[in-house]
Amino acid sequence: MQATVRIRRFNPEQPANNGKFQEFKLDVPDSTTVLDALIKVREDVDGTLGVRCSCRASICGSCGMRVNGQAKLACKTKIADVSRHGEPITVEPMGNMPVVKDLITDMKVFWDKLRQVEPYLQPEGPAPKGEYIASDESMNHLVGVMNCIMCGACVSDCTVLAVDKNFIAPAALAKAYRFVADPRDSRTSQRLGVLNESGGVWDCVRCMYCVEVCPKGVAPMERIMKMRDLAMEAGYNNTPGARHTESFASSVKSDGLLNETKLAIDSTGIFNIPGQLAQAPVAVRALLRGKLPPLFGHKIKARKQIKRVFEKVEGQE
Amino acid sequence: MKYAWWPGCVARGATPELYMSTVAVLDKLGIEYEEMHDFSCTGAGVLQERNQKLGDTLNVRNFAIAEKLGLPIMTICSTCQGVMAQAHQRVLSNAGYLKEINQVLAEEGLEYRGTTVIKHLLWILVEELGVEGLKKHFTRDLSCLSVAPFYGCYLIRPSNALGLDKVPIRETSLEKVIEATGARVIDFAGKKACCGFPILLINQENSLKMVASHTGTAKDGGADAMVTPCPLCHLNLDGYQSKAAKKNRPDGHIDLPIIHLPQLVGLAMGIEPRMLGFQKHIVSAKDLLETYRAKAGAIAR
Ligand code: SF4
Ligand code: SF4
Ligand code: FES
Repeated sequence: MQATVRIRRFNPEQPANNGKFQEFKLDVPDSTTVLDALIKVREDVDGTLGVRCSCRASICGSCGMRVNGQAKLACKTKIADVSRHGEPITVEPMGNMPVVKDLITDMKVFWDKLRQVEPYLQPEGPAPKGEYIASDESMNHLVGVMNCIMCGACVSDCTVLAVDKNFIAPAALAKAYRFVADPRDSRTSQRLGVLNESGGVWDCVRCMYCVEVCPKGVAPMERIMKMRDLAMEAGYNNTPGARHTESFASSVKSDGLLNETKLAIDSTGIFNIPGQLAQAPVAVRALLRGKLPPLFGHKIKARKQIKRVFEKVEGQE
Repeated sequence: MKYAWWPGCVARGATPELYMSTVAVLDKLGIEYEEMHDFSCTGAGVLQERNQKLGDTLNVRNFAIAEKLGLPIMTICSTCQGVMAQAHQRVLSNAGYLKEINQVLAEEGLEYRGTTVIKHLLWILVEELGVEGLKKHFTRDLSCLSVAPFYGCYLIRPSNALGLDKVPIRETSLEKVIEATGARVIDFAGKKACCGFPILLINQENSLKMVASHTGTAKDGGADAMVTPCPLCHLNLDGYQSKAAKKNRPDGHIDLPIIHLPQLVGLAMGIEPRMLGFQKHIVSAKDLLETYRAKAGAIAR
């Protein structure tokens, strides 16, 4: 099989070609992975190519990089799957992290954020004689999160981190969930309190990149959504995000549809006058163009039925 | 081809031009539809955040209504499409879960058997009509325009719920439609990223940075307009663009018209721009339409 691999180069000592793509044509077996191809380039063509890898079996998490614009483990990605008709494949370092050389990134950002969530168990009271016991059920639930191999793929492609370095980002938030949901941990409420603040669970845009790119099915975004729910349950419900979720639910419940005007007022906080005014110019312009949502929302005929379904399912909780 | 059309809350509310242009285009394309007045909001992922089963039950209710009518669902919103597709995947992969939901719906005289097909208009264009079939309806050549695609998260991820692996054309469907009109595609890294809408009311600073980054990059790349199949993306990229530009661009300007998918298709079909609702945009489409009127020539047949 013929493969064309375009690699984005970076060498701090010889910056002439930094950021440019270099193309390599290779003859490889059908089962070849992107990592195999890169190693072949390094061994046969250009010994200066910087690639980080170890296990070659999607266990160690060291070969994270972007293939055709999306973060992947190079050792888990077959060339045939990303180049169905022999199209060139682009290979770049991960995003949201500084590049050390070629495809190798500095993962300090990743580790710093992980440390920030205190990723260790903090039980309370006297230590038991043997081990701390937790139910099978609770641990089985946590296995999904514990599967994280710290490859950085989710952090690379997180769209919020790209604009806000303060965001705790998906891997560390998933790790935070691992302890929030651990029945042996005693600091659940404090953890949720911290995660409720700026840079925490409410700053995620739900773009699903982390879910899509994670090679281990950790689904960080789903954990973040769960923590929003837990934070509201724990009484942290006076944030714009919490008000937004509540207002949305009540609009659908009463009208069957979304009431955008009410949503904006509720999310900003009815007593947040500066916040309300900040929305105003946009609203006025929208009104002039004849497109502001009707103030009382649009109700649908079947709204009574929807309300009944709502109450029934909510009652099941 | 007949569909149970669900316009979604936003097309009926804050983006009336999407509603107008969809109707104008569907009629001329010969796509039959029945508007679903009894559907509920899909929950847009927000309701699911609070109570996933509740969100799923409301969506299954919508699926059951369409199933009873024997019609596939047509959406015109990336978010509606994605949220419905995810709910569908969850109930189809878990018979016990569907049964529980059906128990709730039984009291309302509804039952879902799992047969409803749900498709965004964008997919209907490239899959059902096909690029060549679509082109047959075009009367104006848009090669005078450069257009950047912007998909909206929910039409791209999670790829398995959306069937991107099984129907690969979906992944480049927007580019395919732009190319079909004759316009030049302005490719840019952010085309599949988040527009920032979900946090507009929560962290506006970040949201505006996203708006400025996407629209600014497309504009710098030579785009005359950006086209999106998602009205929520439109709300943010159009409504908040000037505010985003003031805060994030050295010259304080971007001025990139954000157009809805059926508006682009409508221009290529020679439908009068007023019928497509261009006058309702916040970022003026005046220059775009001037170029269109002056340079988009008739296609010789
Ligand atoms: S869903 Fe949230 S955490 Fe995940 S990549 Fe998107 S913004 Fe980041
Ligand atoms: S959550 Fe997934 S993508 Fe993120 S670091 Fe862990 S294994 Fe990698
Ligand atoms: S080399 Fe270990 S995960 Fe790829």
